[in-house]
Amino acid sequence: MNELIPLFEFQRVFVTPWTQDFSSSVWIVLMGFFVATACGLVGNYLILRRMALVGDAISHSILPGIAVAFLISGSRGSLPMFLGALVAGAVTTVLIEVIHKKSRVKQDAAIGIAFTSLFAVGVILISLFASKVDLDQECVLYGEIAFIPLEGMVEFAGLTLGPPSVVRMALVTLVVALLVGLFYKELLVSSFDPALAFSLGINSTFVHYALMAMLSVVVVSAFEAVGAILVIAMLILPGATATLLSHRFPVMLGLTVLHAALSAVLGLHLGVWLNCSLAAAMVVAGTGLFIAAAAVFGYQQTHAHEHSQNNNLRGRRGD
Amino acid sequence: MSPPPLEIHDLTVAYHKKPVLWGVDLVVPPGKLVGIVGPNGAGKSTLIKAAMGLLPVSSGWVKVFGEPVAKNLRRVGYVPQRESVDWDFPVSVMDVVLMGRYGKLGLLKRPTKADHDKARECLDKVKMLPYANRQISNLSGGQQQRVFLARALAQESDLYFMDEPFSGVDAATESAIIALLHELRAAGKTLLVVHHDLPTARNYFDMLLLLNMRVVAFGPTEEVFNYETLQKTYGGRLTILSEVAEAVRVKG
Repeated sequence: MNELIPLFEFQRVFVTPWTQDFSSSVWIVLMGFFVATACGLVGNYLILRRMALVGDAISHSILPGIAVAFLISGSRGSLPMFLGALVAGAVTTVLIEVIHKKSRVKQDAAIGIAFTSLFAVGVILISLFASKVDLDQECVLYGEIAFIPLEGMVEFAGLTLGPPSVVRMALVTLVVALLVGLFYKELLVSSFDPALAFSLGINSTFVHYALMAMLSVVVVSAFEAVGAILVIAMLILPGATATLLSHRFPVMLGLTVLHAALSAVLGLHLGVWLNCSLAAAMVVAGTGLFIAAAAVFGYQQTHAHEHSQNNNLRGRRGD
Repeated sequence: MSPPPLEIHDLTVAYHKKPVLWGVDLVVPPGKLVGIVGPNGAGKSTLIKAAMGLLPVSSGWVKVFGEPVAKNLRRVGYVPQRESVDWDFPVSVMDVVLMGRYGKLGLLKRPTKADHDKARECLDKVKMLPYANRQISNLSGGQQQRVFLARALAQESDLYFMDEPFSGVDAATESAIIALLHELRAAGKTLLVVHHDLPTARNYFDMLLLLNMRVVAFGPTEEVFNYETLQKTYGGRLTILSEVAEAVRVKG
């Protein structure tokens, strides 16, 4: 056995987390679940709209957003950070549109320009003012879900709810799920056919910016736990896995939640086994689920896809 | 007299400062099946998109049933080009047709049983009811087009804009579409259809709009469909001109 890989001990990996360390395991898994669910639900729409890269962009550009928010407010409070990240998200979205529309640069290149520039500004700001702000670059980039049990507990009306970041993430997840449920029609039709949405009196531009705002809120809530980089995986993996397993959007949303739950639990055990970053372990577990889904159901899907491609070709030949 | 279904005055549309449509004036009478023909890049799709308010216009205005189009969108139905959407999208045929009902539902409402019944009725009209539960990627081009038409029917509009509904469909679908257009016309609807095939244009439509950046001619098909106007529309495009000559010859 290689010394680099810790020995797999069933007791330590699967039993102890739920006996000896029960309370910390629960909060960590719940946090992972909420992060992956909120990200996954929004991510489904990003995938459908072929905007996965925008999630990438916004998760990077919140770095300058929170840096500026720190500098202005001087606090690490969640409200200034929220606002900073939200503004950064909005700036990124608008910047991408402006670069794309006002120049002949294609959208993917515009995204590349917008977020790398903003990210670089964020890095400069943090390194310039590192002495003044209590901001850990490692934490911003990779997050630390393992510290959650060290937080105090939020109490409300005599009830102990849980660590503040978990409570916050639960609220965000609830709001996202509610919005996705309430505006299901509008989100669906504007993702599928924006022109039709317009003719139905649904403002696709508004839906686009609302989705971007939701994405910014989700990303900034999630980044404390999993960091600005791993959150991208959380955005894409659940939806991508669901895409392999179902052709029905409501089913895909359900599978997204299932994927989130499984990633969180399996990630915890993987992290305990390897004694590594729990956020990274959760992402790797999610990737494992994706690969498993691709291995089992991928062929069928590719086959169906080729079938439709052929049909399209057949259709176009008649032009 | 009730206002015309569509009235366009001095409409100019530009992409990146290059005009695509120039000073379009048009009054479409009710209950007509109007074909919009012209060479590639003539601005056919642009015209219907601008008429619906989908594209910003540089000048001019559009009225639908006497009101600015934005106020009367409920009365407008739209069939986009088939290629404009992702057919791998995770929805069923039924889901797509139900989208046509969304405009009537308003915020926070889910499609009711009546909406489902209406959607089924529309699918039946285009003979796609047996495919209602199919994922849309498992459809042929003609079937996809019929789904789009069923969706337009479900919108229950009075004025329809259709962008190349005949593009890349099989013969059965083509005749099904024509039958449907005639049925809509009989119900008093007004239809504007972008079409690119000249020989069939003459048979399909009551009126033709010959377009090449400007309106070259607009009127009843038998008046407008002649060598002179077609040559004006298609200019020096030789291959198409011979096609035009052929079309005129067949007509004579």
